[in-house]
Amino acid sequence: MATRHDTAAPPTEEGGAAPGRPPKDGAPAALDKRRARLSRRWQRDMRWSPYAFVSPFFLLFLAFGLFPLIYTGWASLHQVELTAPTDMNWVGFRNYTRIFDDDFFWNAAQNTLTIGIISTVPQLLMAMGLAHILNYKLRASTFYRVAMLAPYATSIAAASLVFVLLFGRDYGMINWVLNQVGIDNIDWQNDKWPSQIAVSSIVIWRWTGYNALIYLAAMQAIPQDLYESAALDGANRWQQFFHVTLPSLRPTILFTVVVSTIGASQVFGEPLLFDANKGASGGSQHQFQTLGLYLYEQGWVNQHLGRASAIAWTMFLILIVIGIVNYVISRRLRASS
Amino acid sequence: MRARTRTAHRRVVVLAAVASLGAGLLAGCADDGGDDTGGSSSEGGGGGKTKITLGLFGTAGFEESGLYKEYEKLHPEIDIQQTVVERNENYYPALINHLTTGSGLQDIQMIEVGNIAEIVKTQSDKLLDLSKYGKKSDYLEWKWAQATTTGGETIAVGTDIGPMAICYRTDLFKAAGLPTDREEVGKLWAGSWDKFVDVGKQYKAKAPKDTTFLDSPGGLLQSILSGEKDRFYNEAGDVIYKTNPAVKSAFDLTAQAAEDGLIGNQTQFQPAWDTTIANSKFAAMSCPPWMLGYIKGKSQPDAAGKWDIAQAPKSGNWGGSFLSVPKSGKNTEEAAKLAAWLTAPEQQAKLFGVQGSFPSTPAAYESTEVKNAKNDMTGDAPIGTIFAQAAENIPVQTIGPKDQIIQQGLTDNGVVLVTQGKSAKEAWDTAVKTIDNNLDK
Repeated sequence: MATRHDTAAPPTEEGGAAPGRPPKDGAPAALDKRRARLSRRWQRDMRWSPYAFVSPFFLLFLAFGLFPLIYTGWASLHQVELTAPTDMNWVGFRNYTRIFDDDFFWNAAQNTLTIGIISTVPQLLMAMGLAHILNYKLRASTFYRVAMLAPYATSIAAASLVFVLLFGRDYGMINWVLNQVGIDNIDWQNDKWPSQIAVSSIVIWRWTGYNALIYLAAMQAIPQDLYESAALDGANRWQQFFHVTLPSLRPTILFTVVVSTIGASQVFGEPLLFDANKGASGGSQHQFQTLGLYLYEQGWVNQHLGRASAIAWTMFLILIVIGIVNYVISRRLRASS
Repeated sequence: MRARTRTAHRRVVVLAAVASLGAGLLAGCADDGGDDTGGSSSEGGGGGKTKITLGLFGTAGFEESGLYKEYEKLHPEIDIQQTVVERNENYYPALINHLTTGSGLQDIQMIEVGNIAEIVKTQSDKLLDLSKYGKKSDYLEWKWAQATTTGGETIAVGTDIGPMAICYRTDLFKAAGLPTDREEVGKLWAGSWDKFVDVGKQYKAKAPKDTTFLDSPGGLLQSILSGEKDRFYNEAGDVIYKTNPAVKSAFDLTAQAAEDGLIGNQTQFQPAWDTTIANSKFAAMSCPPWMLGYIKGKSQPDAAGKWDIAQAPKSGNWGGSFLSVPKSGKNTEEAAKLAAWLTAPEQQAKLFGVQGSFPSTPAAYESTEVKNAKNDMTGDAPIGTIFAQAAENIPVQTIGPKDQIIQQGLTDNGVVLVTQGKSAKEAWDTAVKTIDNNLDK
């Protein structure tokens, strides 16, 4: 094979050894033009092709992400009904200002927050515990891992319907078990806190395994020598967990917290199907109506698209605030570590 | 070398997978398009037949009672297909969406009575005038009028109606010392819902253990209101539910009955409510014809024949539907003919025999199918004649576009709260607050 040279000899005209270039004028002018055209085309290709390659995503995003987002914003400034979506009445910011004294909105916001906390905190703690256990050498560990992911692969609708039966007041299995230990029937659907706990339990059941697997993957990436040296220093299992495992998992924990927060703010299917009235009011006193559900109720049941759009945008703004808070906290955490 | 061929091999496999996935995706899209055109083109389906599609909800029962087959035999060039959505709550928003955008519609679309006023008011320009196809004199006058615009276009023809009677358990009535003969039972409460509640008190005094007189507060409120001429709207179209004394007194009567423990603390059409049917936990319930089918579906076999039917204190209508033909379809002519045929007296009579949907065409009441109709649950009770009698006394009700939302607010966000320990006033206030928020554009 020929040896490679990084630099070629300059042409003779410039005082080098390489053969001179063909004269500028004369027959090869056409060739030159063609070459120039080719090179222009090549340049254009180099310049624009990447955009063409990434365009499918952005075109789809434009059509199904950005446009609806902006159009929703536009609709939120109008009074629009589902029965005539093109018939818009300009109302300015009325749909937003009314949110301030809309008890149902703030009730939903509060429920979203409490259900979010009741579901996310135990879920992540349990996921951490499960991951820790699975991290030991176990027989049939693959089986446990798959089993943990099974709820995640179940449809929300099917799961929620089963939970409705389990949480039934008069004929539910959970109340039956509670009766055995002497606790009276709990009205899981109509009382505020029981209903929120019940809805949260569906969320927990569904997402714990998923988070546990993420934690497990992160745990297995922790170098074994850290544990060995900790053991040499006389750290027991618990101390190892707190001083080696947890610090190493910090970025992963942050990730699951962010993802769970986003998920919790969008909880929809579980409370919708848990509603005994089969409406979208989240219980007879809106006791477990989340923001997503309220948005749906206004838009699709009550057919007020303008109001629903304003709720959607307000949710969006709230999420941005939560995102900023998350970012600030995570930066602090990173700075301190 | 080996490694190389392996990666090459793998590349081929991946390419093949991508290609087949892509092809599948495209085929999926193409399929959709095919369906769409098939649904509305005049030559979709096999062998140049005209395909007519119906969009239905719940248990319309046209197919189950063999009506499509019969029509296809009469008109060999027609091919009928249906899509059914289980619940109207899911069916209706989609229907509105399809109507306003003019796509995704079937050739015939069913409309529930709770939504018909809104459709007439807001979507009538999208629907075909069926007055030339259906025979006005066939149908009950009020049923026809409900689907007629102020301009005189009838945009849907009536299928069934829900004339209401009271179903009661003869064994439980007997145990509580009440009469069991349907004439005598009807006389106990004839003319007034107050008397009906009084019977409930008598029942309670000697009730078999763990049973209530009625099933649910929602059921009682629904049936009282269904017999009122004006409920939630006045004839001018204003919302009057808050100031209408008839609504308030119905609410209060129901709330009082619930407070007195005459009513089970259930919400209708819920699994727990179904279980109270199966376990015979209540003695009576309001019973439109279609409810018999529901009871039958949820009862234990040994409950067969233990039910009977008496006239309600006042007649009312609960439920019923319409068939409409969207103008955007390509076979509107054929679809309109089919809609008219499906709702003609003979077909409605057949439907009652099989499905328990009560005809909106009085001529059908004289047919043998209706006259001889019986139901397993009610033994030899002549249900056809009983419901026909109830149907004759139904008042011409003023309906409005948001009837369903107001009704649901009063029951699900209102009177049911009384069974959960709230006072009648709290329940009313919660209902009003919810409804007003829901109605506010």
